[in-house]
Amino acid sequence: MRSQQQIIDDILNLAAAHFNVPRDELSPDDDFFEKLGIDSLQALELLTRLEHHFHIELPDYELQGVSSFRALAERIWARL
Amino acid sequence: MLDLSQYQSLGEALRDALERWSDHICLIEANRDRENCRLTYREFKAAALRLARGLQDLGVGPDTRVAIIMTNQSKWLISAYAVFYRGGVLVPLDYKLSSQEHLELLTHSRSTVLIIEYPFWRALTRVDGFTDLTVRTVLVTEAPADVDLRGAQRWETCQGEEQPQFVSRRRQDTACIVYSSGTGGRPKGCVLTHENYLEQCIALTAIYPFWPGVRYLSILPTNHAIDFMVGFIGPFVCGAAVVHLRTLRPEYIRDAFPRYKITHMSLVPLVLKNLERGLRERFAQLPAYRRAILHGLMRLNRFLTRKEPNLALSRRLFPQIHRAFGGELRMLIVGGAFTEPATLQFFYDLGIPVANGYGLTEACTAVTVNDLKPFRADTVGKPLPGIEVNIVDPDADGIGEIAVRGKTVMSHYLDDPELTRETIVDGWLMTGDLGRIDEMGHLHLVGRKKNMIVTEGGKNIYPEDIERTFEGLPVKEYCIFAANYIWPQRSLEGDRLVIVVHLEPGQAFTEELRDELVARNRRLPDFKRVGGYLVWEEDFPRTASLKIKRTVLAEHIRQQCDRTAMVTL
Repeated sequence: MRSQQQIIDDILNLAAAHFNVPRDELSPDDDFFEKLGIDSLQALELLTRLEHHFHIELPDYELQGVSSFRALAERIWARL
Repeated sequence: MLDLSQYQSLGEALRDALERWSDHICLIEANRDRENCRLTYREFKAAALRLARGLQDLGVGPDTRVAIIMTNQSKWLISAYAVFYRGGVLVPLDYKLSSQEHLELLTHSRSTVLIIEYPFWRALTRVDGFTDLTVRTVLVTEAPADVDLRGAQRWETCQGEEQPQFVSRRRQDTACIVYSSGTGGRPKGCVLTHENYLEQCIALTAIYPFWPGVRYLSILPTNHAIDFMVGFIGPFVCGAAVVHLRTLRPEYIRDAFPRYKITHMSLVPLVLKNLERGLRERFAQLPAYRRAILHGLMRLNRFLTRKEPNLALSRRLFPQIHRAFGGELRMLIVGGAFTEPATLQFFYDLGIPVANGYGLTEACTAVTVNDLKPFRADTVGKPLPGIEVNIVDPDADGIGEIAVRGKTVMSHYLDDPELTRETIVDGWLMTGDLGRIDEMGHLHLVGRKKNMIVTEGGKNIYPEDIERTFEGLPVKEYCIFAANYIWPQRSLEGDRLVIVVHLEPGQAFTEELRDELVARNRRLPDFKRVGGYLVWEEDFPRTASLKIKRTVLAEHIRQQCDRTAMVTL
């Protein structure tokens, strides 16, 4: 079982790779919409990557009210 | 299609449609790349009447208000038809609203029955004030087997004993109450009649007909006015099939086109631009010579289809692109917000016509649409048959407020006669939007008179609805505006919200205050966020009851500073 910190690290790594931003510019409490300059559809694309990585399924509505990497990690943690 | 002029209500028309095309596929529900269900019109009818029996036993009858909070899925349509069958009034609520907002709109609409997906019900039971919920019956869909439903019943097992009785309604009876704004300010519950919907459907299908064999891809939630009309009523009364995709993820939308041989789809600019971005990225990877050929073909297609679309020709010019879209795509329908002409032109040049238009909930969806004869990327088209559009008090350039008259204009705002009087004047719906009509009869949208923005996702955001997020901000007072309301401009591009803050005497605008603003802003969904702030040094003008005089304040700001005074958040 991954720890929450491991989940956050994995999310940050995947987000950095997917949106082509330096990993060290991302931190857990960043607002990913602002930091990555993405819209809600691009955030859903990231969600799909995360689903494949963590082998879980997250309905679109799980992203509602979530905008920080940490909050996203909590949603994933709850599904693992 | 059915001759809708012969019908009194949506329930009556849908009932006949289910009989007439009973062996045709009417509904496919997919989630990602899995197909959840596929129903013929006969099977849809059986499922809906089972629920109608249950609703009948629960006392749902004429004018019972039944709210629906669901994502884009088959049970939405099944429930809606069951409600209409029993003569009820549908209250479609946006599932993306917060639970607090759901609670407020359920109360405002005085809904007595609620049909809701389990995750939203679970969230609703956790909000402050849940115990004040006035809804007496709750049907929950897709709830796990072993959870406490807090007094709700399962949708799946709601089926009564007796045969359901069909309840007739008249054209002037209320069909739906649809909220065109949220809760923080003044809820605008548009009361729409059966006639509004029937006439809207007649007008729309006169320009864009459907027929058995049409496969309509539905990705917008059905509470959205466009999807309710173009992804439910329209296809059903024409014997077409609706494919519900329970995700907005671009990769699955792209997969759905070939998988289900989609012919039509409605979408908002946000999704259209995402599709455009995907195509442009693919084009950018082509070798230079192939890119040059592609661009040449796009110019050729534009020239050859300058009078009207020619799908057969375009499919021959761009076989790979059309294969990627399933080879059957005839049209994309975009609405809900301003779409950049360049995006519309891009798709048209690839032989994928995008029908854009203009509409609002108060006019039961569409007012004008582009009939594509010829394609115009620079306008929102011509008024639909039977709908009049007038420009009120036009200036020297012919620009004024757009007013709409016709049988599709709503009856009134629920419980708000004052707002109704302000909005419907001598039978004309005052839209609050600014436009002009050109010599070809096309409407050009050029700005907005009202204090609101429309996002690319097709959401109307009213400043009053988000102000509560900033309650407790350590300043003397604050107020939120649409930037274009303070500084009108002849464009709908780049509109955003601005928070005007008035500091306490001697207070400085510190980094801490800015951080506080940012933190509160982040509590809002990304599409509702404020884009900038402005520090204002005078007391806000207020009414005797201490409400901010927004119009006066906006005018004072306009007189003393321009748009550059706004600082990006």
